[in-house]
Amino acid sequence: MNTEMMGIVVTFLLTVALALPLGKYIAKVFKGERTWTDFLNPLERFIFRFCGIDPQKEMNWKQHMLALLSINMVWFVYAFVVLLCQGSLFLNPDGNPGMTPDLAFNTDISFLVNCNLQHYSGETGVSYLSQMIVITFLQFVTAATGIAAVVVLFRAFAEKTTEKLGNFFVFFTKTITRILLPLCIVIASLLVFNGTPASFEGKDRIVTLQGDTVQVSRGPAAPMIAIKHLGTNGGGWFGANSTHPLENPNYLTNMIEVIAQVLIPIAMVFALGFFIKRKKLSYIIFGVMTIGMLSFMIPNLVSEHSGNPAIARMHLADATAMEGKEVRFGVTASAYWQVVTTIISTGSINSMHDSSMPMSGAMQLLGMMTNCFYGGVGVGILNYFVFLVIAVFISGLMVGRTPEFMGKKIEAREMKIASIIALLHPFIILAGTALSAYVVAHHPNAAWAVPPSSWLNNPGSHGFSEMLYEYTSAAANNGSGFEGLGDNNIFWNVTTGFVLILGRFLPIIGPVAIAGLLAAKKYTPESAGTLKTDTVTFGIMTYAVIMVIAALAFFPALTLGPIAEFFNLK
Amino acid sequence: MKKYIMPSLKLTLVMIVLCSALYPLLVSGIAKAAAGKGGGAKAYLDGKVVGYANVGQKFTEDKYFWGRPSAVDYNAAGSGGSNKGPSNPDYLATVQARIDSFLVHNPAVKRNELPAELVTASGSGLDPHISPRAALVQVKRVAAARKLNETLIADLVRKQVQRPLAGCLGPEKVNVLQLNIALDQISLKK
Repeated sequence: MNTEMMGIVVTFLLTVALALPLGKYIAKVFKGERTWTDFLNPLERFIFRFCGIDPQKEMNWKQHMLALLSINMVWFVYAFVVLLCQGSLFLNPDGNPGMTPDLAFNTDISFLVNCNLQHYSGETGVSYLSQMIVITFLQFVTAATGIAAVVVLFRAFAEKTTEKLGNFFVFFTKTITRILLPLCIVIASLLVFNGTPASFEGKDRIVTLQGDTVQVSRGPAAPMIAIKHLGTNGGGWFGANSTHPLENPNYLTNMIEVIAQVLIPIAMVFALGFFIKRKKLSYIIFGVMTIGMLSFMIPNLVSEHSGNPAIARMHLADATAMEGKEVRFGVTASAYWQVVTTIISTGSINSMHDSSMPMSGAMQLLGMMTNCFYGGVGVGILNYFVFLVIAVFISGLMVGRTPEFMGKKIEAREMKIASIIALLHPFIILAGTALSAYVVAHHPNAAWAVPPSSWLNNPGSHGFSEMLYEYTSAAANNGSGFEGLGDNNIFWNVTTGFVLILGRFLPIIGPVAIAGLLAAKKYTPESAGTLKTDTVTFGIMTYAVIMVIAALAFFPALTLGPIAEFFNLK
Repeated sequence: MKKYIMPSLKLTLVMIVLCSALYPLLVSGIAKAAAGKGGGAKAYLDGKVVGYANVGQKFTEDKYFWGRPSAVDYNAAGSGGSNKGPSNPDYLATVQARIDSFLVHNPAVKRNELPAELVTASGSGLDPHISPRAALVQVKRVAAARKLNETLIADLVRKQVQRPLAGCLGPEKVNVLQLNIALDQISLKK
């Protein structure tokens, strides 16, 4: 095995090795069992008292969702105001201007839904203040929102019949104090000792060895880079995200960052097993998710390693697909990151996806289209749960048994919710792409900041892929992009803004509602007639459901984009 | 919903203090112990700052080793890649032009010795590295421009090769700026 392959294998094994104990720890935190972080108890008690929260007061699923939406509304207004006014506020050493309203709207929504579409560039589009009190802030709290929501689901299945599912604000606060902050401090420290900046100085001006004068952007980047990965937000400090040599200085930081982004998503799967005392179920889910990951990872690696046929025809020493990639990571670690960042909803990048090979682009798209192989912090499991409910229902019909999950009957109401949520994703992506393709074809000269005729950085099928990618990324709350797309104008800022909202809150509310409804139902003990959901057979069934619903729905669109480009390039 | 607004406001305030003020200040404090005190590690020649150790620079003169093409012309005020798709005809024409230009400056190098990374732009536009092979292919040009012995330069390149992490993880590479600083040091001594 060469050193590059060895690098990604070790990375993955390390991730799983760290996720297991972390999952156990997370389960303990939310069960209220003793952990080594109990020294934070007084701090949390102070926070609850100050905020007027009674931690003993339990909520039902509706109250949970109301609390979630209320606090999200507060963040929306707060972030919008800061982004508009950042130009005249303090901590702005580079003198960056305030955002236009449509860009502020898009940026606000994007980070509010734990996404990082970033229609601006970090060096010029935001002040240090915004980076800290808007971007970094939202990277913490939205990750905590996702985790708090999935803990509601844990609670719903931990007990036989109940309406009381814990307190949202308690789950939220503990996620930050017990999980995100401690891990972030460790990761950010590792980053600064490997060369990532963390000081408040502004741009530096230097004379290079050859005598050119250039500027170098800096800032307190390390704290944000830690949470951007741990919270699967992905929003970069610098425009080039983690391809930037200050944001991701070497192979070690690359491993740290790619482990950090998938650590909590995997740990949450294990936490589920520990929390509801069904370890076998969580191992099956982990297995299905890993097979899902590999079904995109292997083709992506093959496609990137085969290189660019058009460059091969130039007869150089090699035709390695190095466009948009960095030498310190190489092709293998870049391909690994491309898949990891798209199956979970991080959206940070260590290579430019727009320049990757056509079939790699297809795998990245599929990662976001399925959006549940590990998935974003918290929301990954919620998405998976929707497919699981559908799989229970379908297999129940196939073998003629009552569809049941964890001793609860799945009936028409739950199935309606699950179907709507599962179909919403392809609907908003395909409708959005169709609309933008229509605008490009019929209104090329519309008077927007970037006219539709100059949206696309690449002609033909690849240009179509750029639009498809943008809406897929928005709907999956991923945030990576085929960044050639000229997206900072009112059309993209507004349409993706709405896609982002729909792609966040409904897929949280839907599964939590199903869990809440099931929790309140009568518990029927398992019998010989029960369909077992913690078996390999049922795992395969879930995988098939995900691939049929989430992947095949997009096949025609993929054919017009990356698949057509693949055959053209051959 | 109304009864959740007040706790939400207050909790937001608490989290701003915790996550957006205390946490970055703590990390910034820890960074004071790192190279460059958290402002980024710098590179020096003869005690003079010539750049950031890990941020790539533009090298166009024959006497320096060249890094990779950059979509932002190595101005680190910004960053970014070309975002050109693999099948884009304009992009392929650009690559062809870079090949021709490289071969003009390096008459001793045959087309099939030229690694693709030297004619394709990096992701950040600030890639500080090239592979050992991409450095070695430039040795003849640099040696001729500096009137130095080829084996001396080739040895210098080999000395500058950074091994994979822990000897077994990831690619080998050469930091172009550090290699060129080492070159200038040799020339200064002469």
